[in-house]
Amino acid sequence: MAIDQIIVIIVGVGLSVLVAWYFWFSEKKAVKIQSSDTGLQEAVIKVKGGYTPDVLIFEAGKPIKLNFIREETAACSEDVIFPDLGKKASLTAFKTVPVELQIDEPGEYNFQCGMGMLHGKLIIE
Amino acid sequence: MTKDPVCGMNVVSPSQFFVEKDGEKYEFCSDSCKTKFIEEPEKYLAQPEEEQTATYSINSKGKEKIDIPIVGIHCSSCIPTIESEIKKLPGINFTSVNIATEKAHIEFNNSEVKAVDIISAIKKAGYQAGQATLKLGIVGMHDASSISQIEGGLQKTSGVLNASVDLVSGTAIVKYIPGVVDLNKIKNEIRKLGYDTFDTSGVKTDKLKDSKTGGEEVDENQVAREKEYKTLMQKFIFAAVLALPVVFFSYPTVWNLPAQFQRGTETLQLIWIAMSILSLPVMFWSGSQFYTGAWAAIRNRSANMNTLVSTGITAAWLYSAVATYFPSVFPSAELADQFFDVIFVVVALVILGMALEIRAKGKSSEAIKKLMGLQAKTALVLRDGKEIDIPIEEVVLDDIVIVRPGEKIPVDGVIVDGSSSIDESMITGESIPVEKDIDDEVIGSTINKTGSFKFKATKVGKDTTLSQIIQLVEQAQSSKAPIQKIVDKISGFFAPGVIIIALLTFVVWYVFGPAPSLVYALITFVTVLVIACPCALGIATPISLMVGVGKGAENGILIRSGDALETAQKLDTIVLDKTGTVTEGKPSLTDVITANNFTEDDVLLLSASVEKSSEHPLAEAIVNGAKDKSLELKDAHNFNAIPGHGVDAEIDGRNVLLGNIKMMKKYKIDLGLLEEKSTRLADEGKTPMFVAIDKKAAGIIAVADLVKEDSVESIIQLKKLGLEVVMITGDNVRTAKAIAKQVGVDRVMAEILPQDKALNVQKLQNEGKIVAMVGDGLNDAPALAQADIGLAIGTGTDVAIEASDITLINGSLKGVVLAIQLSKATMKNIKQNLFGAFFYNGLGIPIAAGLFYPFFGLLLSPLLAGAAMAFSSVTVVTNANRLRKFKPKI
Repeated sequence: MAIDQIIVIIVGVGLSVLVAWYFWFSEKKAVKIQSSDTGLQEAVIKVKGGYTPDVLIFEAGKPIKLNFIREETAACSEDVIFPDLGKKASLTAFKTVPVELQIDEPGEYNFQCGMGMLHGKLIIE
Repeated sequence: MTKDPVCGMNVVSPSQFFVEKDGEKYEFCSDSCKTKFIEEPEKYLAQPEEEQTATYSINSKGKEKIDIPIVGIHCSSCIPTIESEIKKLPGINFTSVNIATEKAHIEFNNSEVKAVDIISAIKKAGYQAGQATLKLGIVGMHDASSISQIEGGLQKTSGVLNASVDLVSGTAIVKYIPGVVDLNKIKNEIRKLGYDTFDTSGVKTDKLKDSKTGGEEVDENQVAREKEYKTLMQKFIFAAVLALPVVFFSYPTVWNLPAQFQRGTETLQLIWIAMSILSLPVMFWSGSQFYTGAWAAIRNRSANMNTLVSTGITAAWLYSAVATYFPSVFPSAELADQFFDVIFVVVALVILGMALEIRAKGKSSEAIKKLMGLQAKTALVLRDGKEIDIPIEEVVLDDIVIVRPGEKIPVDGVIVDGSSSIDESMITGESIPVEKDIDDEVIGSTINKTGSFKFKATKVGKDTTLSQIIQLVEQAQSSKAPIQKIVDKISGFFAPGVIIIALLTFVVWYVFGPAPSLVYALITFVTVLVIACPCALGIATPISLMVGVGKGAENGILIRSGDALETAQKLDTIVLDKTGTVTEGKPSLTDVITANNFTEDDVLLLSASVEKSSEHPLAEAIVNGAKDKSLELKDAHNFNAIPGHGVDAEIDGRNVLLGNIKMMKKYKIDLGLLEEKSTRLADEGKTPMFVAIDKKAAGIIAVADLVKEDSVESIIQLKKLGLEVVMITGDNVRTAKAIAKQVGVDRVMAEILPQDKALNVQKLQNEGKIVAMVGDGLNDAPALAQADIGLAIGTGTDVAIEASDITLINGSLKGVVLAIQLSKATMKNIKQNLFGAFFYNGLGIPIAAGLFYPFFGLLLSPLLAGAAMAFSSVTVVTNANRLRKFKPKI
């Protein structure tokens, strides 16, 4: 086997491992949202190719307000869906769309775009 | 200039009033401030920090600090624009825009400038301040002084930008900064001033161009979609036009071009250079969303279609650019080939696919848009004896609303005056107009056809039937069919998986492939990336669910969730509650049989007159039967009810007996043939009553809970769908069997107490059956909940029946058939989509990777891969849209 072939194998496999690690196994950073004096837990989520932040930690039993700002026109992110909570919001591009929730049961609640390509998670503690 | 720590005023430094503490010099505006400071220095020194954490603070001297959320800050370069626009205002002391928190912190003097001005300055800079407008109804305002009192009170409240109170409509419009103050705080403020509030339209975020769009939330998305479509088409045309010559010159041997255009010539070299330059705008303008989308996704540690496409075309460009500008890098001239054509064609096709998808998607959500569009805009309301036209949001409970012919009924209510025929098809799916009279319920957004009437509003705002329907439909559309959960697992691994497959394909072709192995490796790498279509997979289920649920709503069928939809098509047994579901739910007159030369009219008239004062439903049926024949009822005297037997009364001097056989025997009436006839009627499920006039048998009056007009046809259809139909009832076996025979139900569960219905549903489930229960939402709630699918027959305006999985707004059994047919159609559609998407990706990716090359010499061109990918997701959406044409088969 020629030297260039060995290099290609090593680089190719190495990149594959890197891709797998980066997308599947690396820890995602969670953002903890502090509640205000009124008990409202408010967060701003930017929607552009994904949700930023995409993992948010809230306290159970207190009202939650997620302000989605969709900074793109790609049709995929037009709807944000909370399948576990049966909520849906239509995000108009470049506008703040608030989604109000209250979750009493601690646990993890996913949200995603209408086509299931973008994902986020609410962790309720 | 320095700041007085006590009152916060700006003081010209050096001031004559000052104190030195801990090596710091504090200056004051006056001697009194200085004295206060000396008394309690800690209080004033701690204060500035406190103030910083507060979002909004005012002090008596007119200095204010405010944090305004700003929407749409994309880059740090926009900060100076906003800051400089704000600084242009007078009285601004400090301003700082923070991109991370997306807030502007401003300190200003409120005697010179108002918060509203700052917000307009932010708008002028091209950004939207997070300002909200609220409309509140206020109770208890009597004169103009209330206006100034409330306006003044609110304007003093921190976070409120502007308040304007309208005495005539009794409303206040409050502009405020959300986060600083909220709805409840504002309401509290008003309450403190001695007025009560009620919600009218809720909070609406301020619109960017509120004057132009007129506040149509729904249309805004449509406008955005249209705009996106146009932009995409422009991008497509640009890429496509350039693609033509590029493809032409890329395959000189295919088109048999003259020698000067063949490989290695100087002309072709120049053409390649031109291509490499022209490809840049195609990649970065036409294909810009691939790059921005991919970058955003990567930062979120996720990958999507954009990641795949952008990686593919970038790899193609890099290789081609090296081949064009540094061909000597390659060990053999053969390797120095270009793939610019791939970039042009793939970008053009994928963009075209996206544009077509947007078009098709707009149609998919048509149903819910139609529902939202049904809402009336204004209502004519009677207040203080005057007819006033008000926006629908301002209609409150118990308002008397006037509806004229041809008008839309604005909210739900009960008719108090007049009558009309009303077209309720938009809500119930039933196309025949319904006659409504006093005390009948009317549903908001239905159309008044002929008469004019007044009704009392019983449900307004979020509680109206239409609002509830919209909410239910949205909820269902956002739910997941269980089938989707598997897809979700896969799609999470999909895009990165494709990247890995592409990388490994490259390696395998490079190491084991035929010469020129580098070219093959690159082509297969790019083809794999381009052909994979995660979108088709992701969109397959939700898009069909959206169309299916929407279609249901159009036909008066509210499907609660994807789960319900998926279970509904797996059913094998359907349990129908008899009363109110199969039958009308209330008895009506069916037979009048005469004897001894009495006339039908006589028998009916006298029995009805006897029953006139009774409130029993059977009596009502007889009275209504007589009224239908336009008989004028007479007054009964000496009315005497004999429990368990019947009644005895005198009318026009004639004695009338009405009752069962025991009654007749008691008075020793000779019934003759009537007794036999009565048994026959009872066998038919009817309730016969004997009538005797002046102690002589006169005839039989029979009433029955009649079978609904379309029950028979619907039950035939249910059987055709392969369902076992069971009827459940509390009635006696004889009546139940009679009804079952009439409608063609084979299995009857009779004499079941209401509380045991759920148990009987469970018994069926224990037989291993998937059971649906159809009943009303009240008495049958436990059985509805127990069943795998509970179908609630609508009870007027209450559509959000908790125990049901599917609600049929229009009471007909046809709805049940329709719901099941629709579920079947939708699930079939979903499965087609999923099969298509899996099959496409499952076959496309291995072919693209060249798996079949060793066996059949089959290798896919990246150009074809691009075309396939572009049209796979369009196909999925188009297939889902076929559901829009769903027609019930009844």
